[in-house]
Amino acid sequence: MTQISVRVDGASYADDVEPRTLLVHYLREQLGKVGTVVGCDTSNCGACTVHLDGESVKSCTVLAVQADGSEVTTIEGIAEGGELHPMQRAFHEKHGLQCGYCTPGMIMASIDLLKNNPNPSEAEIREGIEGNLCRCTGYVNIVRAVQQAAGEMSSTAGAQA
Amino acid sequence: MKPPAFEYEAPSTVEDAARLLADGGDDAKLLAGGQSLIPLLNLRFAAPSLLIDLNGVLELAHINEAAGELRIGALVRHSAVAGHALVAERHPLLAEALGYVAHPQIRNRGTIGGTTAHSDPAAEVPVVLLMSDARVIAHSTRGQREIAVDDLFVSIFTTSLEPDEIITEVIIPDRHVEPGTITGSSFQEFARRHGDYAIGGGAAIVELDAEGICRNARVGLLGAGMRPEESKAAAAVLENSTLAEDTVREAARVATAEINPLGNVHGDVQYRREVIREMTFRAVMTAANKAKAGTA
Ligand SMILES: Cc1cc2nc3c(=O)[nH]c(=O)nc-3n(C[C@H](O)[C@H](O)[C@H](O)COP(=O)(O)OP(=O)(O)OC[C@H]3O[C@@H](n4cnc5c(N)ncnc54)[C@H](O)[C@@H]3O)c2cc1C
Ligand code: FES
Ligand code: FES
Repeated sequence: MTQISVRVDGASYADDVEPRTLLVHYLREQLGKVGTVVGCDTSNCGACTVHLDGESVKSCTVLAVQADGSEVTTIEGIAEGGELHPMQRAFHEKHGLQCGYCTPGMIMASIDLLKNNPNPSEAEIREGIEGNLCRCTGYVNIVRAVQQAAGEMSSTAGAQA
Repeated sequence: MKPPAFEYEAPSTVEDAARLLADGGDDAKLLAGGQSLIPLLNLRFAAPSLLIDLNGVLELAHINEAAGELRIGALVRHSAVAGHALVAERHPLLAEALGYVAHPQIRNRGTIGGTTAHSDPAAEVPVVLLMSDARVIAHSTRGQREIAVDDLFVSIFTTSLEPDEIITEVIIPDRHVEPGTITGSSFQEFARRHGDYAIGGGAAIVELDAEGICRNARVGLLGAGMRPEESKAAAAVLENSTLAEDTVREAARVATAEINPLGNVHGDVQYRREVIREMTFRAVMTAANKAKAGTA
């Protein structure tokens, strides 16, 4: 067992983990943050995407011990005071999901995409989320959702500036 | 638990990592970005007794230039290499190739040292390193040595590193450019989905003089066999020509005449050879057009 201390969605945790514990399993099984899901656990599908120190990563191929001293943000930590994150709201309004299994990862990947490129073209959105597989939607409404969120987030950023 | 049990160490210096690796014996393994190794653990295709995590070894996370060479620490992530101004300026082919490596989340974790040590003939970065006369520094408790990547890549997933050696740096010399010439480069590959490992690919660096004559050419092949490949024979066809379409087709044919790509369900040997030939043709044509337009 190894002691780790991490901040997850704004709260601090200190826990003992076996070194082989995957970050996604630590989040789900030890912290009860089941919003982050497992699809493939081989870094292929993107369902488990979280932000590790602000960058999107697949939490099935990061060990929990590697998050020691880091800041992790999951799908459960992006709404503020009961208000959905603009990306969450856009997925809802544009019907960017059907079964919803890919959605937590899609949203986390899309937020990282907009951080690096606030006004992506459709092609750039498709490339930016290419590490995330959706077996239901055919991606069309997912792309629309990201476009809506991009428009909204850049206009509020503009208003704040 | 998905992975098998292992001991875990997170050293903060190269010295400590090297000692752990030397003491750890055959079953100790280095962990860098984990984007190849952790899936293998999750599938239980690998079962190391000890994992030595390099992610805390901050002395491996630099990119700098010295004496006409770019030195990239082994732990620099794919996304950081691709986005670095010195890489864009000196080695645009490396930045372009990284755009084909996996997906954004994987590029945020995967490292240049990891993809070099992994020695996958389907990996883009090793091909570019070969075409760039790159070297690595291999460090162990016994000392350190430089290895030209041509000597490093032995076969699929096999390098000439000793079991106790760590790649600490990848060194890419600035290209020697003849005065009055303009260089263009291009990486082309075909995959069923962008970001997947390619079925095959080709890469080219060409140097054109004021008369439009090719003074220097390098041609690399992705997925052409057991290791990253470069075709000197194709380069010889291109050099001293004007890179007319027929000449470039001939060079691509020469480059792929004797290769033996690994066939599988996504494409048999003959199909892959043809894909690599076409991608090589496109890479040289695109590189030539970029040189003519002066856009590197
Ligand atoms: C879905 C998916 C798609 C991918 N697609 C591509 C692709 O299209 N093209 C491509 O090139 N790659 C692809 N990759 C692989 C990715 O680029 C990996 O990041 C890379 O191959 C390994 O780098 P790493 O830092 O993650 O190494 P790790 O996985 O940590 O290690 C890989 C191996 O190298 C050894 N090693 C690591 N660092 C060192 C070092 N400094 N010295 C000595 N040995 C070391 C490890 O012990 C291990 O054996 C893909 C991966 C996934 C999961
Ligand atoms: S569960 Fe992590 S990428 Fe599929
Ligand atoms: S909504 Fe079902 S997998 Fe995407």
